[in-house]
Amino acid sequence: MPRSRPLSVKDGDVLLLVGTMKGAFLLRGRGRAASWEMGGPHFAGAAVYAMAYDDRAGRHRLWAGSASMHWGSVLRTSDDFGKTWTEPKAANVRFPDDTGLTLSQIWQICPGRPSEPEVLYCGVAPAALFESRDGGGSWQLARGLFDHPHRPRWSPGGGGLCLHTILPHPTDRGRLLVAISTGGVYLTVDGGRTFRASNRGIRADFLPDKHPEFGQCVHKVVRDPVRPDHLFLQNHWGLYRSQDGGESWQDVANGVPSDFGFAMAAHPHDSGTAYIVPLESDGFRCVPEGRLRVYRTRDAGRSWRPLTRGLPQAGAYETVLRDALATDTRDPAGVYFGTRSGRVYGSRDDGASWKCIADSLPPVVCVKAVVLGGKVGSRRARPVRGLRLGRAARRSQPWQP
Amino acid sequence: MAAVTIHLPGVLAPHAGGRSRVTLEAGPDVGAALAALFVLHAGLRDRIQNERGEVRPHVNVFVGSENVRDLKGLLTPLPDRAELFILPAVSGG
Repeated sequence: MPRSRPLSVKDGDVLLLVGTMKGAFLLRGRGRAASWEMGGPHFAGAAVYAMAYDDRAGRHRLWAGSASMHWGSVLRTSDDFGKTWTEPKAANVRFPDDTGLTLSQIWQICPGRPSEPEVLYCGVAPAALFESRDGGGSWQLARGLFDHPHRPRWSPGGGGLCLHTILPHPTDRGRLLVAISTGGVYLTVDGGRTFRASNRGIRADFLPDKHPEFGQCVHKVVRDPVRPDHLFLQNHWGLYRSQDGGESWQDVANGVPSDFGFAMAAHPHDSGTAYIVPLESDGFRCVPEGRLRVYRTRDAGRSWRPLTRGLPQAGAYETVLRDALATDTRDPAGVYFGTRSGRVYGSRDDGASWKCIADSLPPVVCVKAVVLGGKVGSRRARPVRGLRLGRAARRSQPWQP
Repeated sequence: MAAVTIHLPGVLAPHAGGRSRVTLEAGPDVGAALAALFVLHAGLRDRIQNERGEVRPHVNVFVGSENVRDLKGLLTPLPDRAELFILPAVSGG
């Protein structure tokens, strides 16, 4: 096995957590992220689909879900930026005996609200939500979702039957949204005691009924930084927004070369701004026309514009997967994505221009971006262009890490 | 009860106190030998078996040169002085 290269970091650095099919890597950007240094691989040989950074309650904790083909999946943490990682004796996320299920993959690690620093969530395959209320020391299956009568009728997509998106409402502790491929969006408004499908308006082109109550193959959902009830959703065919907390969805595939894709990220400050990487068809699943283009909307989905400067515009048969696109909290924002061909691209100007910052990695499945030591250079949230905000929204700060 | 020597791959040795070979008394079958192994080295359990107590699909357990999947699985009887080998399967990508 390769020796893992350590990485030293300091306040103000941008830290990218890059999960790949064969281990995790850490990329440190210094000085406005103009130069990059790479550490890793960590857990060489294990697929790392989920990573997270938790800086609540004075922590500096990295999380990673590693899946060894031979030895199973486990959640690990590091409090020294990857110099050492926990090696749990027992699998810390496990299905209870009565479920008859076995964990195949950890797909998402989500620190809870800042006001609940001991709460974390974890999404897994087969599709289920786990919750920790002791800082990750123990994990419990969310029975409110697991016992949902729809669950036996969810079906696996190409990546398995996975719960890949977890969005706690930033101010309402009762509300939380999850997304499942294929199952669709599910909402709880009572803190997880019950969940209900919430897919009104989302198509399921692969089913006879194109608008079923559930069964959509939702690939990613992100939340607006200013208006927490505004969401964007990348579907398996279909690009949507919600302006009512995920109760209903409107098609916003305006000006994109394809409404198929996996990855999606919200801007950290600018309301109504989000990024996607459209892919050509669910058969090919590469960027259209061999041109690697990130698309950005700045008007809540009314229009999308390609961002291409610095990205290959010929012969680029790239795929960006659902968790491999992220933004940091700088101003202007850093935007980053990784490809199945093992490249990581970064932008330090809201996506206006791009640079390849890592190459020849294993296939990238996860990218998370953190500005260490707080939100260096960050600013107050900005409203979406052309829309007026209420007083409460104007006062608000970006809540997303 | 029979004397059983269990051979571990190097990657699992850190979960067995650095040992790549553990000798113990167990019986009557492979499942009992693994259970005894897990009592001594709890960190091995979830790496060799899943939540259901099944040997993980990409892990092979041999008694001598025979894969227990071709015998009676965890119910495969152990002869005295059995040599039990736990090995990662030929899988990957």
